[in-house]
Amino acid sequence: MAATAPLTLVEIRRGLAWRKQLDKVFIAIGLAALFGCLAILAILFFDLVRDGASRFGWDFLTSFPSRKAENAGILSAAVGTTLMMVVTALFALPVGVAAAIYLEEYAPKNWFTGIIEINVTNLAGVPSIVYGLLALGLFVYKFNFGQSILTAGLTLALLILPIVIVATRESLRSVPKAIREAAYGLGATRWEVTKDHVLPYSTGGILTGLILGLSRAIGETAPIITIGALSFIAFLPPSPVTGEFPFLNFEWLWSEFTAMPIQIFNWVSRPDQKFQANAAAAGAILLGMTLAMNAVAIWIRFRFRKKINW
Amino acid sequence: MSQGTGWQAKGAFASLRYRRMRDRIIELVLLAAGLVAVFTTVAIVFILFYESSFFFEHVSVKDFLTDTMWTPLFADARYGIMPLVAGTLTVTGVALLVAIPLGTVIAIYLSEFAPYRLRETVKPVLELLGAVPTVVYGYFALLMVTPVLQKIFPELPGFNMLSAGLVIGIMIVPYVASVSEDAMRAVPRYMREGSYAMGATKMQTALRVVVPGAFSGLAAAYILGISRAVGETMVVAIAAGMMPNLTFNPTEPAATITAYIVQVSLGDLPHGSIGYQSIFAAGLVLMLMTLIFNVIGFFLTRRFREAY
Repeated sequence: MAATAPLTLVEIRRGLAWRKQLDKVFIAIGLAALFGCLAILAILFFDLVRDGASRFGWDFLTSFPSRKAENAGILSAAVGTTLMMVVTALFALPVGVAAAIYLEEYAPKNWFTGIIEINVTNLAGVPSIVYGLLALGLFVYKFNFGQSILTAGLTLALLILPIVIVATRESLRSVPKAIREAAYGLGATRWEVTKDHVLPYSTGGILTGLILGLSRAIGETAPIITIGALSFIAFLPPSPVTGEFPFLNFEWLWSEFTAMPIQIFNWVSRPDQKFQANAAAAGAILLGMTLAMNAVAIWIRFRFRKKINW
Repeated sequence: MSQGTGWQAKGAFASLRYRRMRDRIIELVLLAAGLVAVFTTVAIVFILFYESSFFFEHVSVKDFLTDTMWTPLFADARYGIMPLVAGTLTVTGVALLVAIPLGTVIAIYLSEFAPYRLRETVKPVLELLGAVPTVVYGYFALLMVTPVLQKIFPELPGFNMLSAGLVIGIMIVPYVASVSEDAMRAVPRYMREGSYAMGATKMQTALRVVVPGAFSGLAAAYILGISRAVGETMVVAIAAGMMPNLTFNPTEPAATITAYIVQVSLGDLPHGSIGYQSIFAAGLVLMLMTLIFNVIGFFLTRRFREAY
């Protein structure tokens, strides 16, 4: 111990100044990493828009795919994606919210509930292509749903179910206990408490979760390629709305289809440069839709957080 | 009057019974929804094992694990999974070399240095990087990143694992950063204050107190990143070529497990053929790989958990 002489005040100050310099260096590195990543996002978006600029226009939105790049458009892909999202939302929302209500409001704390919870957590980490394999083996060939919009919509619904469940649970949990106790105190049953008090307060969080889930589903390519969706579809599925009673028609559920990400994949994997402009234009539209959905989700979360004052 | 009360009391009683029964039924419906998650897991495991079982009737497990060629669709079919596993590991390795340093630095900065307003504004924007459709990232890797890399390495082929890995790395930065940041914010304030009181600067506190204290959370974040990279499909299918290639050299084209599944699905394979069954065997390997990483992560998290 005697070997090291005590530091003088000057030495201590010098050491401190040096260490404070290092702080600044680290801040610079941190900012560079952060804004580097954000810059990549911006470059990605602007490059897509630039590469696809020549293709934007009404014709691109209203044309079927074609062997000629200049005539090709995204009509069947956009319609397919929209219908698929309808199926996904109609399945994932009720099932996801119901499962979340069960886990958060009803489930007793026992091993059985534990199993459900572990399953939800694990499913969130399953690679998306595995959902495609599940759908191929189960929906397409065991249930005979075929390579249809129904199959794709259900597959994506299973894929986003964990997202909806986790988001819903979080927003249910943020409703204070006092609200529930008050309703119980007036003689409400558990379901009445949930339906009339807890759910209305959690709408914001549930919507946010659903939109984030859908924004994930809309860009998923691998699972719907795996179930065997085609990339060259020059017709539209039967219209869901008809002129005659009962005005709704569900044949479209069984229709073959293509979707935006598949169309992009098809175009990008062609060697012809002209098709790559199509891929860029469609990619910019898909990316724009995803970013818009995320923005809406952030906005809803912000609005509801501001409005509720417990 | 007394009659009225009696009737009312009876009505209320009946209604309570009705309401109780409705509650029971609704609880069962909700439980059924919860069971969808269990059903999905069971169905995934069942389908993967069931369809692979036909595959392993044709191919011995030994060949599957030791053969160095993967050519199930050729006339001279060979069924060695190694090339696909090698491709998957190489791409994942490159992705982690990008995502772990970037994600960790960003997390440390956001958790320990960034002013509150900047953090709250930047976080949702950073998450958008993880929301970009993977097919768009594939376009980015093939048509923007590869040409730039070719300027640096002129002999780089048009399809290569390097650009796919780099882009996947960028894609998983938000996952790594966000989970790491949560872990570091969970380190109690008094530990930082103790460190400051000893004369440590912010960076010393961050690196020597907060990071070790949050290590189990960081391990979980890295494992999450690995699972994402292993399961990523479209970027590799588009940018890395779809040629099974037993190599760990990222500058070469190769196929991953996921890319192989996509390649087969694009073609028109009859249900029940060996090619069809081979994608389930590949999917099974993919699931097992993810599982192994998660188990490692579980034990790492346990081993390094700090109790406060």
